[in-house]
Amino acid sequence: MLEVNTSKKDDATIVSIRGDVDLYSSPQVRKAIIALTAKRTPAILINLTEVGYMDSSGVATLVEGLQQVGKYKGQFKIFGLASAVKEVFELSRLDKVFDIHSDEAAALASLK
Amino acid sequence: MNRKEKKSVPKQHETAADTVEIRLPADPKLLKIVRVSVANFCEIIGFPAEDCTSTMLAVDEACSNIIKHAYRGPTAKPIVLTMRRMKDGLEVILQDYGIKADPKAIKSRPLDEVRPGGLGVHLIRSVMDRVKFGNSKTEGNELRLVKYLPGK
Repeated sequence: MLEVNTSKKDDATIVSIRGDVDLYSSPQVRKAIIALTAKRTPAILINLTEVGYMDSSGVATLVEGLQQVGKYKGQFKIFGLASAVKEVFELSRLDKVFDIHSDEAAALASLK
Repeated sequence: MNRKEKKSVPKQHETAADTVEIRLPADPKLLKIVRVSVANFCEIIGFPAEDCTSTMLAVDEACSNIIKHAYRGPTAKPIVLTMRRMKDGLEVILQDYGIKADPKAIKSRPLDEVRPGGLGVHLIRSVMDRVKFGNSKTEGNELRLVKYLPGK
């Protein structure tokens, strides 16, 4: 079962995802991200530390979030990618499109 | 045990262990069953861990496409997943009974276009060594995927 929790830290809003993100669960992630972009949340950090698997629907959800945030010039970063998740980004050639960080501290430090 | 029995028993055992068939309703909730089965079968065949993970991704994407495009959403209609051990790798056959797809329409999209969706076919083709789509059966579609063991 997927868990999605949203919390605040400094100026950032962190969306922490726990579980596999696939065709079944990605709508839950989308709902959480869209709720934030609708409010024009300035800095959204996606914590993937506890995501062991992500398919293309999960990646598509994050692309949508990135594009929505870009519309209002906000910041959208992801961190804590397991090797299997990183591979999906690399195969999709999206590893250069997203601002990817190793952990929460690095993602927070990168905020402008 | 007579000679005939001696010959037939090991052969039956070998055949049973080399092919696994799973029939499950085309429901996204059940995709985890597909992933676990594929990853485990790959491990049994002797693929390295990273190949087990990537093959699992490719088959999962193919099943997602069946649900989204052949069945146009979750349904009780089946996806039949057959995994066969070959001497040099793995063959996966996915059979559905949904809307027939046009093979020409099944293609990867340009990756320089950053937009949500349409990545599944690209991921399948990136991971698997052979991808063959067929819709010549009376009903539905059939996708054959092959992954060779490293060095084969």
